[in-house]
Amino acid sequence: MKLTVNGVERDVNAPSDMPLLWVLRDLLGLTGTKFGCGIAQCGACTVHLDGAPKRSCVTPVSAAAGKKITTIEGLSKDGSHPVQRAWAELDVVQCGYCQSGQIMSAAALLAKKSDPSDADIDAAMSGNICRCGTYQRIRAAVHRAAGQGATA
Amino acid sequence: MSTPTTPSTPSRREFLKTGAVVTGGLVIAFTVPAARRFARAERAPAGPFAPNAFLRVGSDDSVTVLLAHSEMGQGIWTALPMLIAEELDADWSRIRVEHAPAAPAYGHTAFQMQMTGGSTSTWTEFDRYRLAGATARAMLVAAAAQRLGVSPADCQTQNGMVIAGSKRMRYGELADAAAKLPVPKTVPLKDPKDWKLIGKPTRRLDTPEKITGRAQFGIDVQFDGLLTAVVARPPVFGAKVKSFDAAAAKAVMGVRQVVQVPTGVAVVADHFWAAKLGRDALKVDWDLGPSAGLDSTALREQFRKLAGVKGAPVPKGADVAPAPPEVRELATTKAASAAQAGNVADALDRAAKTIEAEYAVPYLAHAPMEPLNATVRISGAKCEIWTGTQFQTMDQQVAAQITGLKPEQVEIHTTFLGGGFGRRATPTSDFVSEAVHVAKAAKAPVKTVWTREDDVRGGYYRPAFLHRVRIGLGDDGMPAAWQHVMVGQSIMAGSPFESMMVKNGVDATSVEGVADSPYLKDIRNHRVDLHSPKTGIPVLWWRSVGHSYNGFVMESLVDELALAAGKDPVEYRRALLKGHPRHLAALNLAAEKAGWGTPVRKGRGRGIAVHESFGSYVAQVAEVSVEKNAIRVHRVVCAIDCGVAVNPDGVRAQMESGIAFGLGAALYSELTLKDGRVQQSNFHDYRVLRLDEMPVVEVHIVPSTEKMGGAGEPGTPPIAPAVANAVAALTGQRLRELPLRFPSTA
Repeated sequence: MKLTVNGVERDVNAPSDMPLLWVLRDLLGLTGTKFGCGIAQCGACTVHLDGAPKRSCVTPVSAAAGKKITTIEGLSKDGSHPVQRAWAELDVVQCGYCQSGQIMSAAALLAKKSDPSDADIDAAMSGNICRCGTYQRIRAAVHRAAGQGATA
Repeated sequence: MSTPTTPSTPSRREFLKTGAVVTGGLVIAFTVPAARRFARAERAPAGPFAPNAFLRVGSDDSVTVLLAHSEMGQGIWTALPMLIAEELDADWSRIRVEHAPAAPAYGHTAFQMQMTGGSTSTWTEFDRYRLAGATARAMLVAAAAQRLGVSPADCQTQNGMVIAGSKRMRYGELADAAAKLPVPKTVPLKDPKDWKLIGKPTRRLDTPEKITGRAQFGIDVQFDGLLTAVVARPPVFGAKVKSFDAAAAKAVMGVRQVVQVPTGVAVVADHFWAAKLGRDALKVDWDLGPSAGLDSTALREQFRKLAGVKGAPVPKGADVAPAPPEVRELATTKAASAAQAGNVADALDRAAKTIEAEYAVPYLAHAPMEPLNATVRISGAKCEIWTGTQFQTMDQQVAAQITGLKPEQVEIHTTFLGGGFGRRATPTSDFVSEAVHVAKAAKAPVKTVWTREDDVRGGYYRPAFLHRVRIGLGDDGMPAAWQHVMVGQSIMAGSPFESMMVKNGVDATSVEGVADSPYLKDIRNHRVDLHSPKTGIPVLWWRSVGHSYNGFVMESLVDELALAAGKDPVEYRRALLKGHPRHLAALNLAAEKAGWGTPVRKGRGRGIAVHESFGSYVAQVAEVSVEKNAIRVHRVVCAIDCGVAVNPDGVRAQMESGIAFGLGAALYSELTLKDGRVQQSNFHDYRVLRLDEMPVVEVHIVPSTEKMGGAGEPGTPPIAPAVANAVAALTGQRLRELPLRFPSTA
């Protein structure tokens, strides 16, 4: 099966119902996308399929074929995406494990809504759990990234 | 008095890690882990790897700080390097950080073993890490002075350079020469007024890796030939494998082996997904054992009986609350005395008013975001382990026992921890020892990964507790007698820490925050008794340990007393805490910043709590509303006195974090058992706080030069009582159980 991951075409030999998460992590070595719950309850595995946020832990790899898959590794070359910059400026991360998913959810939100309200952020980001409780800074960082034109 | 360490052969990984950066250079190492006063520096060894180094100055101007503790979100990846950089006058942009290997040199300065916990990393390393920086600085200055033909006294240091008059030399240029000089016996530390970094909000050094997906957690470890295992564990605690049928599991594509280990049956496969499917297909017949009937509701009833049958007076005398016959198997019938002064029974009889209350909290899972995992490679005379652990020394010893190797033949590569909260510090090294067993049985390198369900159902929970309290108020409305009975499992009993932590039948962590409460100290007649029943449910420290429930009980009770006395909760606490200035400072700052005493918005209530834990004093004011019996927390104003705040923004982040963690438990989290089975399994039924439930949190740090305390845990205990007290202020209803629920929705 051919997949387009972060702009690169990759050949994978996987059963069609294998979750995209494990194809990315265990077959393609892209470990930035995280396993947290396996049932789309925590958002740690969030990637973009054609720009839309998807929980890769419940997305069969066959559903990703033919789509543009973007993972945290492909969001920017050097951490310079406005969401990543805002995350750095506000020192959002703690343990950091959920943050790939948080950033991917935030980037997808901002691509759709350039200036989200708190309610928009609630709706888009409440599916991403952070046990370190960085939520207040995540909210502030989404607003900051919006101010910096994260719609690119 | 010194325990010399033998430099071990550098592994390939360490060469890869350090070889490119450091060729020689200055290495500051300590050989006496537990006594910081006797720290000494050593010359750089021939190779680039020093198993007791705390700091390396490379000829490329890099300064590499080795962390003796694990970064799990709490921010020591930044705070400990700040201590070194401060004394070294290093160029902050050239600081690199690594987790230290497992070695005696990195033992905790208070607990000897290498570990991270108890909110101790920053205050226990405050001297050792500053000393490492100051020693390196002195040697670099001496080298520069020699080179420039000046006196060291004429040299200054700044931003990674030694400056003498108009001449400047970079540390990298001096590192090799400095390493050849004698190590100074004593070095002065800076006067706090000269600190440039300590006390300044400083951005985290681990951010770049963590926002790009590059940060390596244990679960991310990969190398050629590595297999992945998922283990079928007992459905009931203590159950044993009778037999298993591996045929269906082995039929799953990618499954390589099915092996039995002491904790269950491991399915070993090419990758996680195959291992998981294989585990799901496995048929195991279990001997369920004595815990098959465990039921948390029945257990609470039994705890209640141990605490004294509800409604009946607590018996006077030594035998507080003898257990009825049907629960005798749960516990000793005699409570252990945790605190005792005066004569409580008589004082209660004389009281103008008596308040009696029962409080209860459930078992809780830690549920760190990164599911538990450990990667193990056993080859010849070496066992390598890659994992996010809070307990390196314990893991090393346990792995040595299992493999028959010596502890120093067990190499532990500590990765970033995707959350710890205590779960990655098990006295049994449960997830590491299991992974070693799996790799040993499979005769292959294996990464053992837990699913979320495995984690939620895998035990090592914050213990459930029940408290029964009678308090007598005097004519002035102040407490004159306090009788407190606690029932709950001991974390320390049966662990290697039992002899240190359990005295006269009292586990200090069970009663912390009650037996040593500042309120109780000042009440002439008080007693605290503890029952520590054994249940078969594995229990463990959970962020803030005993304080996680004792803070809730004590600060709710004091609020109850204030209301019973008809007094303002802040005024009442001020009166009780008049001999406790640090409590008062936090209380007053939080109250002032929250606008305590000013009218609260319509439909909202305010509540306050103040609690000391891990050497820090934290007060919080919560503002809540209640709609259709659902509690919503809008705002939390938090004040902390932790002594010197090395990185104030780090302290703020830990307060925000502790509040979010505690609030999830205050409002939602609950782990229950029926027929021996844990009833929750994942985040849909084991609820934790989500973003839309996060209040606005304001943190204020009390300017303080008092003894340093911790930051990782002390933010958690006050939030549940602050919220419960706010709910009581708003609705008149006192909620005495966690998670907080109105009776109609319970």
